[in-house]
Amino acid sequence: SSHEHKLNFGKSKEMCLNFIQDAMLQKQWNRAAEFLTFYAEALEKDFSRDYMGPSEIIWRIGTEILCHHSHSGMKEFNSFIEQMKTFGVKRYLKVCLEHSFHLLCNGLVDEAYQNLSLAESWRFGEHTAIRDKEIKLIQAYKGLLDYYSWSKQKNILLEHDEDEFEDLSVEQEMHSYFRKAAVNLKEIIKIPGVWDIFVKCYVDLLEFYGDDEEARQVLSEYAYNSKFPANPNAHVYFYQFLKRHGESKKSLISALKILHDLVPSHELMINFNTMLQKSKKRKNRRLGLQVIFAVLDYAGWKENVKAWSCLARQVKQIVISDKHPDWIEQEWDSRKDWWPAFHFSHYLAKKNWQENKSLSYEKALVAGIILGKDCKYFRYVSHQGCKAQAKKFRILKKFVNKHIPVHLRISG
Amino acid sequence: DFNERCAQCSEVNWGITDGGRFYCRSCHNVTERTREVVNTDFISNTRVQTISKGLRKQEKNGESCEWYVCEGFQLVLKKQAEALEALGVCPQMKDEVLCNFWRRYLQKSKQAYCNRTAGEAVQALSVCDSSTDVDSEPERPSLLHLLSLSESDGDLPTDCSFASSTSKVSESTSVCSGSVDGSLYLMKNQKEKLRMTMPMTLSFCYMALLWLREPMTLSELLRFVVEGHIPYFNVFLHFPEKMKLYGLDLKIFCVESWPAYEEVYNKMLELAAFLDLPRFPDITDSCFLHPNLLCMKYLMEANLPDELHHWTCRVVKKIHVGEVDFLTLVPGNKSTRSVKYDILAVAVIIVVLKLLFLLDDHYEWLLSDFAEERNKNNNEGGPYFELKKWYKVIKCTLDAEQKKLDEEKAKDLWRCDKPLYYSVEKKAKVLKRRQMVVNLQNQFGKLSGSLRPAEKPKPSSFQLRWSEENADGNCFHGHSLKGILQEKCGLLTARNPEYWLCTLKLCSEKVCGRAAHYREMDFPQSYHFVLRLFAFLLRIQPSYIHNEVCVIEHKLFNKKLCRKPKYKTRLKR
Repeated sequence: SSHEHKLNFGKSKEMCLNFIQDAMLQKQWNRAAEFLTFYAEALEKDFSRDYMGPSEIIWRIGTEILCHHSHSGMKEFNSFIEQMKTFGVKRYLKVCLEHSFHLLCNGLVDEAYQNLSLAESWRFGEHTAIRDKEIKLIQAYKGLLDYYSWSKQKNILLEHDEDEFEDLSVEQEMHSYFRKAAVNLKEIIKIPGVWDIFVKCYVDLLEFYGDDEEARQVLSEYAYNSKFPANPNAHVYFYQFLKRHGESKKSLISALKILHDLVPSHELMINFNTMLQKSKKRKNRRLGLQVIFAVLDYAGWKENVKAWSCLARQVKQIVISDKHPDWIEQEWDSRKDWWPAFHFSHYLAKKNWQENKSLSYEKALVAGIILGKDCKYFRYVSHQGCKAQAKKFRILKKFVNKHIPVHLRISG
Repeated sequence: DFNERCAQCSEVNWGITDGGRFYCRSCHNVTERTREVVNTDFISNTRVQTISKGLRKQEKNGESCEWYVCEGFQLVLKKQAEALEALGVCPQMKDEVLCNFWRRYLQKSKQAYCNRTAGEAVQALSVCDSSTDVDSEPERPSLLHLLSLSESDGDLPTDCSFASSTSKVSESTSVCSGSVDGSLYLMKNQKEKLRMTMPMTLSFCYMALLWLREPMTLSELLRFVVEGHIPYFNVFLHFPEKMKLYGLDLKIFCVESWPAYEEVYNKMLELAAFLDLPRFPDITDSCFLHPNLLCMKYLMEANLPDELHHWTCRVVKKIHVGEVDFLTLVPGNKSTRSVKYDILAVAVIIVVLKLLFLLDDHYEWLLSDFAEERNKNNNEGGPYFELKKWYKVIKCTLDAEQKKLDEEKAKDLWRCDKPLYYSVEKKAKVLKRRQMVVNLQNQFGKLSGSLRPAEKPKPSSFQLRWSEENADGNCFHGHSLKGILQEKCGLLTARNPEYWLCTLKLCSEKVCGRAAHYREMDFPQSYHFVLRLFAFLLRIQPSYIHNEVCVIEHKLFNKKLCRKPKYKTRLKR
């Protein structure tokens, strides 16, 4: 029927939009701007309930073009954004916030602050839950900028000699920024979300003014409140706080345990393992072994000498003491099918030996203990090592020869 | 009408100046006689007497007047006729033919020039706040209802924000439409009276062109519309200030779709029947619309050898599509299939190409190589036609032109500076949006260095031009077909002995809407290419042309198809 192929306003604008998108992907900003002038009239029919209607499209595309076009400066950008703000009550706060980001990226901190202040005091439009959240976010960023100002004042203060006169005004300013920042930052982190930067800044403020209790509370909430999305960083911050304040090993360990569950390959796992190995408690040592094995499951750690040396140390220690060889067996059970190819192939033996002898030593130790003296890796490395007349390799060889390999015990 | 003889030259050949005075076309003598504005642009309304309760109120400030929807359309037609005249159509079209058609339409649809029947009291919603007048009409439709009834194009019915504000409107009758009868127009089922629409204005124009046998095909007319040479989009810009347009008028007069060939054509047929028109003037073989002449035009435009014309004429003759009775339109005659001259002509060309080249993605290239070989030893004046060379040139051009066309279409602007709104409550919002659009256009236009240029491309009948004077040898008009023909009994016949039918069986157009259904993947690429080429020239979908090709093939091979009950996908000719 004739209706099928009838191009109407909507389809025509869709075609126009395709041209804009193509131009943008090819960084042809002039061309994109040109087509945008033809797309603009889509605003006059913006009645859609679509996820993204013409006014939002124009805002976002216009922003991109103005950011990248060589002839466009902050003045043009600001004038465009001001227009976007007046158009579309629902989006006002979002536009303000993004405008502020843009100003910050261009180093215009004061303007960004002004912008946020203006947005904060805006009271039009429907009162919705989303709007409340957006306002809180705006206030949070304002708080962040206050923190930044506070930080500057603090540095000035610390650099000065004991000069009371000058310092007084600086100090007062500093305190005032602190108050402003604290109020806003405190509010936003009450809402479940990922607020790493706000949390860090807030805690910094609290610690400076000696409110460790509050800081601890904040970090603990951030890490352990189940309403908040699982965030490894929260646990890292909490751990770092605990460490700073000399808390007990027990609390440090419990903080890191969760991190191990969330991100087994986290770099703090090395510290964790070291801590656990030293522990008097059996279950901690057991955990330590689990942790270090888990770390080496990840390709990013394959050539990390420290990680291997941790594992090697612990494994050796277990074999020598002859207590709990079953721990190694348990860890090895799920890895026996793939670790040999993953870590201990002949190719890797040659490669490791060539590139990093310490690495190959540690790995050979582990391989020798678990897979025995006949495994490819151990044979190659120890042979090479003895050839090179490195004393430790001879010791290694002797050691491994003495003990029954773990993997035999498993099958046996 | 003014029928006095001119004082200066004694001719009776009057036109009307912009100021509304009569002037003699022969000697340009301007008289003092003026036509009343009401007469020129508005019909004197015989309906006035039957309108109940004196709805005709003038606005106090006199800035607007009451106007009826058909008056609006009359203005549109006038503007369109003027534009066509500027394009070279004879003035008779505007002054006589179109006028008469329109008057007849008004008569037949009982909108003017007749006595209203008793049951036809106009129940129009008034312009002004006339709550005193229209008190308790039991069946006064709500605005929402009216919106949903309309079949007009575009997104106007889905104007949610408008819909939400209509709940109040049925109470107060403020601003439903600028025209007096806008709501009535949309409301009743006017099928039996053939309600006027914007696409139908083009049907009127085409009908008049056909009556006069002007050398303009429907596809050309529509192309001129899209290119902006004929008023259609934003046509209300031509309305006088006093004719205020808003509310439901928007649904009637604002177009947000490109005019569709089929729709305009079918409406034209309906219209011709509705007006009880007699048989149209004969389309003879000296008319531009005759397939022989149209084929020549399209062959030239497609850069094909002139010699192909001989073949198209043969096909035309064989299937009797060149006959006067076949080509001439007889309104209301449902037994014969009506003729789309442009589509017929290009379909004939395609059939000829299939006859000579087969176009099965294989044989045509072999034939081209063969011609190339023969060209090496060619001692005659002109080269032999090689399809490969032609294909390369045309594909290049077609792709470039199609790309240009796509870009132009993407740059089409539908709105204009005269803002339109559904109701006064919406006015402020509409103006604000318009201002924003203009600001954006300025800002980004300056940035890209392309503030909208005002010029439209100059109207032209030929979209592609090839000249033999060009040194690059890209013109194939003069090439000879001898390279692909052979001599048999002193006659040149095609080397190609076979033919494949596009479809074995034609669908019934009454049931399916068309005789055949086209899917690109079912056909050879060469065939699709030629379809694409002519679809571009005509600005229609390839399937329409394919449809016509199927019909022609069935006429051409009718005997063979009837004789052999077992079908073969290929026929020996």
